[in-house]
Amino acid sequence: MVLWFWILAAGCVSFATKLAGYLVPARILGNPRMLRAAGALTVGLLTSLTVVTTVSSGSALVPDARLAAAAAAAVALWLRAPFLIVVAAGALAAAAARMAGLP
Amino acid sequence: MELLASPAVRVGLSVAVATGLYGISFGALSAASGLSLAQTAALSLLMFSGGSQFAFIGVVAGGGSGLSALSAAALLGLRNGVYGMQLNFLLRPRGWRKAAAAQLTIDESVATATAQSELPEAKRGFWTAGIGVFVLWNVFTLVGALLGGAVGDPRQWGLDGAAVAAFLGLLWPRLRSREAGAIAVACAVVTVVAVPLAPPGVPILCAAVVAAVLGLRRAGPRSPDAAADERQGPQPGPDGGA
Repeated sequence: MVLWFWILAAGCVSFATKLAGYLVPARILGNPRMLRAAGALTVGLLTSLTVVTTVSSGSALVPDARLAAAAAAAVALWLRAPFLIVVAAGALAAAAARMAGLP
Repeated sequence: MELLASPAVRVGLSVAVATGLYGISFGALSAASGLSLAQTAALSLLMFSGGSQFAFIGVVAGGGSGLSALSAAALLGLRNGVYGMQLNFLLRPRGWRKAAAAQLTIDESVATATAQSELPEAKRGFWTAGIGVFVLWNVFTLVGALLGGAVGDPRQWGLDGAAVAAFLGLLWPRLRSREAGAIAVACAVVTVVAVPLAPPGVPILCAAVVAAVLGLRRAGPRSPDAAADERQGPQPGPDGGA
């Protein structure tokens, strides 16, 4: 029962965090300066997400089969492959690298 | 189907499948951590943020208190607030759509939306990825919780590699300007340095701060280069060159 309380509370906190962002009036972000900052923010977040999903495991840097996935995806992108092919290349490379013995 | 002709919808669906399948590993891990089927399902429905959910059950499995589980999940979810701000500006949802959009605000839906070059595509991308991941993540959470370890480790099938490729695929088209490249390099370095030093989730926030500061700096009045880069605008989606 106690765990149920924390699950529901954590769910509420999660939703409240997301909603809080939506309650910031859009016009505050409307000037060109903020627009450019938002563009930079997108690049920064996508980069950080890519790096985190590639080399982190909790609070540790763990080089493993995901590096092969990143390399394969980069090659696919270089060749202008469609998004689905890029994703499939990443999955195949990681699976193959693990079969070859990488962690 | 006209909708399927939209590159953003196709990207959103690919992202939804790759991410949704990962729900299996959350469901299995949550069951192994001692949560009931209903508790596991509630986390995926209500919290709906993969990183936060894994953190929550990780703390519970380690014997931590409910409060520390909540705190870990909340810390990891802070970036969703930043996403919300960005999406509110981009999509301008109104009324109940605002609440629905908020619940669907996660890494994948934000990445899909912001990677699009036009507003209608950004909207389609956001809702497709958001609803798609929500449905599949919840379905596969149940599958994982019911099957437990029987399905094996999704990493064996390279699903974590699919996530890496998806984020790289969304980032790639935005790297055409030199400014963007410099921001990406700075944020990559900040992330790698921050991962061992800060709790999970925080490195992404550090990168967000660095990116915003760099963005504001180069947005100064004497920066015609940067302005030109920006006018090139958001680049075509990953399918654009195909």
